[in-house]
Amino acid sequence: MKHIKTGIRIENLHLSFGQTEVLAGIDMEIQPGEFFAFLGPSGSGKSTLLRAIAGFGPTPRGRILIGDRDVADLPPWKRNVGMVFQSYALWPHMSVRQNVAFGPEERRLPRREIGPKVEAALELVGLLHLADRMPSQLSGGQQQRVALARTIAVEPQVLLLDEPLSNLDAALRVQMRRELLALQRKLGLTTIFVTHDQEEANTTSDRMAVLDGGVIQQIGTPQELYDTPANAFVAGFLGTANILEGQCDGIRFVTRGGHVIPVAKPVANARRIVLRPQNITLQGNATEGALRGSVRHREFLGSQIRYLVETADGQIIVDTLHSSGTQPFDEGAVVGLSIDSLSAPLLS
Amino acid sequence: MSTSTVPSVARRLTLFPRLSGAAFSGILIALFLMAFLILPVAQVVYVAFLDARTGAFTLQNFEDFFNTTLFRESFLNSFYVSAMSVVFATMIALPLAYITSRFNFAGTAVIQALGIIPLIMPPFVGAVAMTLLFGRNGTFNLLLNQYFGFRIPFMEGLNGVILVQSIHYFPFILINLSAALRNIDRSMEEAAQNLGSSGVRMFRRVVFPLAMPGYLAGAALVFIKVFDDLGTPLLLNVNTMLAPQAYLRITGVGINDPMGYVISFILVAFSVFALWASFLFMRGKDYATVQKGGGGLSKRDLRPREKMLAWVTILLILALVLSPHLGLVLLAFGTIWSFSPLPDAFTLQHFATVFTQSQQYIWNTILYAGSAAIIDVVLGTAIAYIVLRTGLPGRKWLDYMATAALAVPGVVLGIGYLRMFHTVQLPFGLGQMSSFWGIIIIALAVRRLPYALRACMAALQQVSLSLEEAAESLGASKTSTIRRVVVPLMTGGILAGFVTSFATAAVELSATIMLVGRSSDAPLAYGIYLYMQSPAGRGAGAALGILAVVMVALGTYLSQRIIERDRARRAASPGADH
Repeated sequence: MKHIKTGIRIENLHLSFGQTEVLAGIDMEIQPGEFFAFLGPSGSGKSTLLRAIAGFGPTPRGRILIGDRDVADLPPWKRNVGMVFQSYALWPHMSVRQNVAFGPEERRLPRREIGPKVEAALELVGLLHLADRMPSQLSGGQQQRVALARTIAVEPQVLLLDEPLSNLDAALRVQMRRELLALQRKLGLTTIFVTHDQEEANTTSDRMAVLDGGVIQQIGTPQELYDTPANAFVAGFLGTANILEGQCDGIRFVTRGGHVIPVAKPVANARRIVLRPQNITLQGNATEGALRGSVRHREFLGSQIRYLVETADGQIIVDTLHSSGTQPFDEGAVVGLSIDSLSAPLLS
Repeated sequence: MSTSTVPSVARRLTLFPRLSGAAFSGILIALFLMAFLILPVAQVVYVAFLDARTGAFTLQNFEDFFNTTLFRESFLNSFYVSAMSVVFATMIALPLAYITSRFNFAGTAVIQALGIIPLIMPPFVGAVAMTLLFGRNGTFNLLLNQYFGFRIPFMEGLNGVILVQSIHYFPFILINLSAALRNIDRSMEEAAQNLGSSGVRMFRRVVFPLAMPGYLAGAALVFIKVFDDLGTPLLLNVNTMLAPQAYLRITGVGINDPMGYVISFILVAFSVFALWASFLFMRGKDYATVQKGGGGLSKRDLRPREKMLAWVTILLILALVLSPHLGLVLLAFGTIWSFSPLPDAFTLQHFATVFTQSQQYIWNTILYAGSAAIIDVVLGTAIAYIVLRTGLPGRKWLDYMATAALAVPGVVLGIGYLRMFHTVQLPFGLGQMSSFWGIIIIALAVRRLPYALRACMAALQQVSLSLEEAAESLGASKTSTIRRVVVPLMTGGILAGFVTSFATAAVELSATIMLVGRSSDAPLAYGIYLYMQSPAGRGAGAALGILAVVMVALGTYLSQRIIERDRARRAASPGADH
């Protein structure tokens, strides 16, 4: 199975359900062959955007270019984008083979071409031996693979995956996401993956777009987004973040509570600083740190211990590595917080 | 459920000292169903295989049956009428289901009403009125003949039965097919579109196959109902069908004539076969694919011309569906209606006749249907509780036995009662058990039990087990938990079951007609049947028919209201699961 790598460009896309605007001016460009994730909480518009690319839902305003072709006004069956549905949407009245053959048949391919195509697609997902089963006789993971094979069999220009792992159990989810990535690399197929799970997006995607309220908050590689979030939403959505308010003067950030945090790259007009819990360490000697506080709450997480520390700048979450034999701080203990602040991003 | 929680009622019973209250009720219910459902039907089947004189086992009766031209013809007619009724009912239901499930359409409310209106009038009530509207010399054909010079034989012979039955029973197909279409997840359709399919081709390959089980369930139901119906052919004077033949043989030739039993056996066998076949087909094909968060099929707006077409279709069907009601009203309020498009004049005389001469029909109906409905909800609640909440061995069989009544045509149950109880003499001068009016109540109760039972089961399933456990943990015994927590929470469902049982029992004719001993014991349905026999009595018959329709309509409306109110209340409380 060969695929010509195709890019996607979305320009100023607006979409409303009645009076409610769900997508408010989306612009993005996805490179040919890229594994791209739409990440966001429920209601952020990520699924709506994916469905708009496939041609489902209300007609949007704006342009959707797949390759050089604007597909915004085409019905779904003329777009040649492959979509794998969250529920898999396997037709229960057809066998696995019939399900996979459906697309090639609708494209009026000659019968002698359909058979090999179906088998190749099933082979690719490792389910050729189950071709004559009915979907109800398959496990969730197998159904997922059939749905994938059914989509690949029509050789779409791009592959759209709508929360493909959400119906699988935790262990299978990890395995499936690796297989998905391997398959995508093998086919070189431009792929968009919708998820609300940052770990899924981080582990699979080349780049991702974080959406909230129908607006793209930031686009970049997983690491870029984690290390240099564009705003508080992205900072909070990707991992845990303590966001302290204050002001930046030259090389220091002064919090509202009066603590001084040195920064590596000062940003004029910066109003907030993002402190990751693992970049803060606690010391029993309260006078040493720039920040002081008392331990409010302690959670044992196995490899880590998470403290909630009450400070003049509000409650701060601190993660410390746990090794057996060490004595954790008790609730109520007065501690000093020392901050590895050089990597801490500043937000306006 | 151990012996420590045995209610005091059972403890007083020295004969079965270790029996719990639930087990005791279960045994009583099983005995009741045995005596009044299983044994009478078994008896009928058994007699069909007996030599009438020697009492030996034989297949001779069946040979006689198929060697008699009249019976062969009746058999073929019954089959033909049932099959054609399914075809016509499908022709009515399919466009309606398609329009509601695929398009945003203002007439959807009308279509929903179309799904209920026919069911509130038993088909035999409207049958005569339909003759006056669509018969050879009915309104429609008189006008047609006057202006265009030809007639259409809507009501000639079997056609009449097919027309009346398909107008009455198409809602079964409409309801089942619509539900099946509604249960298809949107992604099923979107997946097809995504792979390049659209329009009629997609409907044929993906949507309709997914709705097939629902359609077949509805079609099987229509087939059985028509196959078993006695009242409609009888009132249309079509006697060459199976159910009328069974009735005529037993009432005409006598209780010992084997032909009545052979026909009964065929009726039961067909019902069981149709139910079994549809069950077999449905097994493993639970296509209800709607996911949480997903909707049904996507709907689109109609273009102006399509909208016109949709309205014309719906209004035509509406006119057809309302015609028995319209005819009945004309008949009830008209003076003389013969060889003219409309009655000569209008009068209230027929209602006066009914109220002065035939009040007993109304009171009997209220007594019979009311008692039957009470029996049904009591048994229904008990069976539901035993099946869903106890671990009694064989409890499922109570459900199966009660539900089996669905497969037993009224004629067959009537014949079974006659056969079993005509030799039983009741004490206190009540006479023969088979002609005692109380047996009508039992027949009605047994026939409507499946409906009441489903309502009670549904109601109990919505009562979270934790609510009962909470009561028990606070020290309430099993009995007082049932009395103070379970039954009050089931009230809505029980009431709905009562009303449904009552309304449908009030117009049941096929079992009743076999069991009415004398006219003073007869209920409404039988009164309508008697009146409709002569042209002079039709007016009064129609007046009684209107009373019956009003009764059923009110009942249907009430049960809908009760169910809705119950649902609203449930939605507000977090205590119920589902």
